[in-house]
Amino acid sequence: MIELVSAERCTGCNICVAVCPTNVFDPAPKAMAGALPTIARGADCQTCFMCELYCPEDALYVAPEADHAVEVDEAALIEAGLVGSYRAVIGWSPQTAPRRRIDSTFRLIKGF
Amino acid sequence: MSLKPDVPATRAALDLDADVLVLGGGPAGTWAALAAARAGARVVLADKGFCGTSGATAPSGTGVWYVPPDPERRQAAFLARDTLGGHLADRRWAMRVLDRTHRSVDELAARGYPFPLDDEGAPARGSLQGPEYMRLMRKLVKGAGVRILDHSPALELLVDAEGAVAGARGLRRQQGDDWAVRAGAVVIATGGCAFLSRALGCNVLTGDGLLMAAELGAELSGMEFSNAYGISPTFASVTKTLLYKWATFTEPGGAAIPGAASQGGRSIIARWLARGPVYARLDQAEPGLRASMREAQPNFFVPFDRMGIDPFTQRFPVTLRLEGTVRGTGGLRIVDESCATTVPGLFAAGDAATRELICGGFTGGGSHNAAWAISSGQWAGAGAAAHGTRQRGARRGAAPAGTVGLRAGTARAFDPQEATRRVQAEVFPFDINYFRSGDGLHAALGRLDGLWQSLRAADAAGTAEVVKAREAAAMTAVARWMYRSALARTESRGMHRRADHPEADPTQLRHIFSGGLDEAWAAPAAPLARPQAELAA
Ligand SMILES: Cc1cc2nc3c(=O)[nH]c(=O)nc-3n(C[C@H](O)[C@H](O)[C@H](O)COP(=O)(O)OP(=O)(O)OC[C@H]3O[C@@H](n4cnc5c(N)ncnc54)[C@H](O)[C@@H]3O)c2cc1C
Ligand code: SF4
Ligand code: SF4
Repeated sequence: MIELVSAERCTGCNICVAVCPTNVFDPAPKAMAGALPTIARGADCQTCFMCELYCPEDALYVAPEADHAVEVDEAALIEAGLVGSYRAVIGWSPQTAPRRRIDSTFRLIKGF
Repeated sequence: MSLKPDVPATRAALDLDADVLVLGGGPAGTWAALAAARAGARVVLADKGFCGTSGATAPSGTGVWYVPPDPERRQAAFLARDTLGGHLADRRWAMRVLDRTHRSVDELAARGYPFPLDDEGAPARGSLQGPEYMRLMRKLVKGAGVRILDHSPALELLVDAEGAVAGARGLRRQQGDDWAVRAGAVVIATGGCAFLSRALGCNVLTGDGLLMAAELGAELSGMEFSNAYGISPTFASVTKTLLYKWATFTEPGGAAIPGAASQGGRSIIARWLARGPVYARLDQAEPGLRASMREAQPNFFVPFDRMGIDPFTQRFPVTLRLEGTVRGTGGLRIVDESCATTVPGLFAAGDAATRELICGGFTGGGSHNAAWAISSGQWAGAGAAAHGTRQRGARRGAAPAGTVGLRAGTARAFDPQEATRRVQAEVFPFDINYFRSGDGLHAALGRLDGLWQSLRAADAAGTAEVVKAREAAAMTAVARWMYRSALARTESRGMHRRADHPEADPTQLRHIFSGGLDEAWAAPAAPLARPQAELAA
């Protein structure tokens, strides 16, 4: 479930608020500099990782545990290279764009 | 049914007119909206979540039934699944879908989907990465001039004096107000029903469209094929199952479980899970294949990498999450080639429509669902455009047709969480839903009918609760059609397995139709002639 909006990284663009299919976030108030969106309905999170993929700042972390909330340690996650890791691997980070074309499903499923 | 054609539709904060209203913005809804717009219709698409991230495909990705236009290969593709599906599939529909899917996937390539090249340097187009695919679909839909309403769950359909659909209304949950769209035709593309099991991408899929359609009298088909369970790590949501082909499943002591497998041995996993934990390790995958597995399904590995588990060398606990009709095949009954339902002006596509036409009673892993969403979406969109544009200028009524959770009752509004838990208690357990029996189904149905009666008597939900209340009502309705249909099929066929009728019965080669709300019903349709079934026998 979604566990982290990094105050350090988040710019308050509210893209995550728009794209979360289950409406987990409340938006960062526009008028307040440095404000973040809040995880207002965390229990509705379906652990789909889509918010992470759309966050341009790699400011979100979705913990793999789908059925209950867990504590996370931002510094340790960053240290372990986990924040933004999924976005990078599918080629949605600016630095990894060539990866978009990678899909070796053809090696696993033989077609007709 | 509570049709009140004399009641004028209340004005909404956002009030629109359209030729075609598409409900749901997954693959089926986006292809429908594209096709309708291309046919010259004015189109609005409303999604409960966000068109582009919402639904089963966006986070999961799908293999696609993509077969080149070679009659022999297509025949082979059809027959490969026909037996598993219990011979209910219709060859003509399968060929139609193969044809449309092939052309449409090629169109995606032309529109910029980054398909890879295979080891021979030829384009490989049998797989769509979900985030990439659905981001592109949103772009194409917007480019076609479709008005998209995100975070706008539909609550109920609107109906005219003749009983034809006239639009829908719902909430704009991020604005805190409501919307209404008066439309000449409506496409239901709200996906399947996975009962809030937290299977990947599935918690927006609660059968809302099926309930709304049934409130106008629409019929369903194949609702007995609704007990798909996806394998996931116990702790995680990721019900991607292909890679478990390379897994060894073990009991707590470490011994391999005889017969347990992702394909053809999933029921054995269920039996062992009923007794205690089951573990998996992808130790059948040659080291040379592992990188390809990661590159094929990056989402599969996210939970493992985050837990610090190497799934190739370390075992991890697994569970089965109910995916219901998402990877089942039941849905709204289709009556013609334009994917019309039994209600005038109402069309259905994707998981909301029955997929029996192309794969009978079984999909599991396999690509038929994606192909069906692409094809049925376009047929429904085109059909709705033709019907909807004919209604232009007609002065028609548009009365709200919703029931449970929306209208005054004799009891206090119900608690959606509590109702949801009660439905889940009837549909999650393997011993009721996976391994079915007449007695078990009967007992569950009695409790579900009781639940429906209590929801029916309750007052309308408040704005804060109404979406969840309608979801709970829809799941209750879906469960009742499922189990009535399962009782009506006194045999085992496709994914529907009856412990008390373990064999297929040749005289039951026919669909089971269902519908109704207070008087929910299921009844066998006319027997089908299936030459391929006779050949196989
Ligand atoms: C883990 C997983 C793996 C899968 N793998 C494959 C595969 O390899 N091959 C394959 O063919 N199929 C696969 N499937 C199935 C495939 O994902 C679905 O068949 C496909 O997504 C169906 O498309 P759809 O548009 O009908 O529904 P969805 O993609 O589920 O979209 C439905 C949309 O309707 C919206 N909606 C719901 N209720 C409302 C409402 N009340 N108002 C407005 N909008 C609403 C939702 O928000 C959602 O956006 C898989 C499914 C899962 C879960
Ligand atoms: S998308 Fe990322 S940067 Fe933008 S508000 Fe959300 S967390 Fe902050
Ligand atoms: S993981 Fe999915 S459901 Fe959870 S907050 Fe992110 S986008 Fe929303």
